[in-house]
Amino acid sequence: MAILAQIALLFGKLSLLAVGGVNSTLPAIEREVVEGRHWMSAQAFAQMFAIAQSAPGPNMLVVVLVGQKVGGVAGGVVAALAMLLPAGMLVVVASGVWERFRAARWRRVLQAAILPITAGLVLSAAAVLAEAADTSWVLVAVTALATWANLRTKWHPLWLLAGGTLVGLLVW
Amino acid sequence: MAEREKLSHGALFGGFFQAGIIGFGGVLPFARRLMVEKWGWLTAEEFNDLFSLCQFMPGANIVNLAFAFGARHQGVSGAAAAVTGLLAAPMAIVMVLGALYGRFGGIAVVQHGLAGLAAAACGLVAATAVKIAWPVVRSKQEVLFLQKKNQKNSYFPRDVATAGEAPPGNKSVLLLFFKKEVLASFSWRGVLVTCLAFLMVVALHVSLPMTMLLLLPFSLALAWRS
Repeated sequence: MAILAQIALLFGKLSLLAVGGVNSTLPAIEREVVEGRHWMSAQAFAQMFAIAQSAPGPNMLVVVLVGQKVGGVAGGVVAALAMLLPAGMLVVVASGVWERFRAARWRRVLQAAILPITAGLVLSAAAVLAEAADTSWVLVAVTALATWANLRTKWHPLWLLAGGTLVGLLVW
Repeated sequence: MAEREKLSHGALFGGFFQAGIIGFGGVLPFARRLMVEKWGWLTAEEFNDLFSLCQFMPGANIVNLAFAFGARHQGVSGAAAAVTGLLAAPMAIVMVLGALYGRFGGIAVVQHGLAGLAAAACGLVAATAVKIAWPVVRSKQEVLFLQKKNQKNSYFPRDVATAGEAPPGNKSVLLLFFKKEVLASFSWRGVLVTCLAFLMVVALHVSLPMTMLLLLPFSLALAWRS
């Protein structure tokens, strides 16, 4: 029970800070589960994130894997609920009054203010994950190539993930 | 919405279940295709409007969309049906993968594959960051809103992408970056806040709540003035 409460607390407090999506909380999650609570190594976190990316569904699934790692199936479910419910309830309430504030100036200002913060946080997420994952020059090259390909080509992300896996296997 | 028939709990669950299970690399393009084009649950405009709300709010955008859409049709229980439908299969799948990882993740050959996989996943996050940062470095604030151009032809997981407009498809972001006209419309405000957020989190190890507390008022003040 204690571990489930810890999981709920960890993700619950990040839920409303997930501006622009769950990815912006990745550095905070990594820091808490790796350095703060020693639930896993930084490499394991980066690998879990990658596994979650390879599965179908919304990209918040890494929180399910973290919860599952320390709390089993119940831990995974609690992690998802804690991450999604606070934000979800806010959206349900907001959708009722959206008509009124959609065109308001303060809303546009708030959105304009949040966007660069989101950009900085997702950049941080990439840096934190790369620091853990890119342990050799080959892996740095894989990251760089995947970044390039995702920006410049229309290849499906799954191909990029599969390609990275293949390089990892071949280099070994 | 009002004149349209209310969807049942079963329809909400089943609809989002389908979108969730085929949604590799981001559910949004699939949800959009199904809800707008296949089932006609929403017009494209209604979908864009709903999605812009979900981008504006914290949390996973597509999950927010399930919350809001479900609630509009059947209240709180409708939201629960839609979100459960969306997450049931992906969560089950990822937990099976998690269990396999726990069981076999330590084997050397698996570790090598996973190391490559993790490196590629980093690249996808980095690309997402660039796509989000792209409209930030330009001063035009109108591009904050839902992008129509790249919607159909991109596999880009838009629920990560937040309010960002994807970079122009066939031109290099980095090359464009140095072109005169881009430098002319460069938004120092946005770049400053982006860099500060990055520095605070990565270099200074400031916690996320503290980063938001310090940076949001500053960013709001800058946004208000511009």
